[in-house]
Amino acid sequence: MAELAFILIGALLVNNFVLAQFLGLCPFIGASGQYDTAAAMGLATTFVLTLAAASSWIIHQFVLLPLDLTYLRIIAFIVVIAGTVQLTELYLKSTSPLLHQVLGIYLPLITSNCAVLGVTLLALQQSLTFVETLVFAVGAALGFTLVMVLFAAIRERLMHARIPAPFAGAPITLITAGILSLAFMGFAGFGS
Amino acid sequence: MSVFRHSALANNPVWAQLLGLCPLLAVSSSVVNALGLALASTLVLLGANGSIALVRHRIPAFARLPCFVLIIATFTTLAMLLMQAFAFELYLRIALFIQIIVTNCMILGRAEAFASRQPVIPALKDAAGTAAGFALALLALGATRELIASGGLFAGMDTLFGPTAASWQLSLIDGGLLLAALPPGAFIIAGLLLAAGQALAGRPAGARRPTTEQTEPIKQTEQTTDTDPAA
Repeated sequence: MAELAFILIGALLVNNFVLAQFLGLCPFIGASGQYDTAAAMGLATTFVLTLAAASSWIIHQFVLLPLDLTYLRIIAFIVVIAGTVQLTELYLKSTSPLLHQVLGIYLPLITSNCAVLGVTLLALQQSLTFVETLVFAVGAALGFTLVMVLFAAIRERLMHARIPAPFAGAPITLITAGILSLAFMGFAGFGS
Repeated sequence: MSVFRHSALANNPVWAQLLGLCPLLAVSSSVVNALGLALASTLVLLGANGSIALVRHRIPAFARLPCFVLIIATFTTLAMLLMQAFAFELYLRIALFIQIIVTNCMILGRAEAFASRQPVIPALKDAAGTAAGFALALLALGATRELIASGGLFAGMDTLFGPTAASWQLSLIDGGLLLAALPPGAFIIAGLLLAAGQALAGRPAGARRPTTEQTEPIKQTEQTTDTDPAA
């Protein structure tokens, strides 16, 4: 149990996917302009990431390994991720139109979110078991959501700040992310 | 060559479109890592753009994105296997980001916006331009970060170019600021470089008196080249 807690905290805070491992920066920069958007994006990613990591693990363990095809893992995983996104969209559409309306436009973007593929590949690299992979994926996704929401809140404040012209737009966004990343470095050595 | 220049400078994937940030920030801690990723991305871009342009009439419109992704994934696998064969030590250091080239929106973006509509030769030029622009940004950030972090440049080049390259290492300043090599440094230095680029591009823009509309695109490329010496 303690082991699982370490994996969770590690993926959530210590090795935060966005701020320490540079995964999922496109949505982090692109969809964090507003608090609501960021929260919705985080939720949608959490959902897909957990599902995709679980199904990739199954595909790897029961298809790629027995057939000795692990060198095809990138192609296999990207198909699994795209399929998961598609299925999630269909499922949400038929069961919860409200949720589909909130998350709908973010779902297709998740296929090209490198955090999803990153989690699957990292879980593989550390040869985690199925349950550990699930916990790792949940931790990573919650960490992503946490940082998205924090960053969106900061950016909403920044909109009212007077920013020197050369820093307007992307530069101030990146520097803000850097300072947030500096804050997250305080978790280094925590547990691990 | 205009396609090449437009994709490399005016429409640069990094400073004009902010694409491909994940690998850019993650792998730019030293010049050799940056170079390794730049080479692998170039291979994938050329291969994917070229082959998508080649088969563009056979891909049905409704299934084009999955097809593009599969083609890109194939070339990423190829790049991964080539690196494992010829630069294994370097591969181990940046393995995750070599595999993640497949989800780089820059490549899918070029496939969708350019290669799916153009013949092979322009598509290859566009890919080469995009790759050069990406490499330029990667190397600028990699060199700046390595210089600030360690006070030197070109450490570990032997992992890419063989044992003779070990002597290429330069040591310019004693000691360095470790922060530049750590994640916060990547964000902050990339932000400062972009700000420097905007400041340099902003100055001529303020003093600019356009005489004809035709000078406009040329001016733009000149401004963006200004950001490189700054980097």
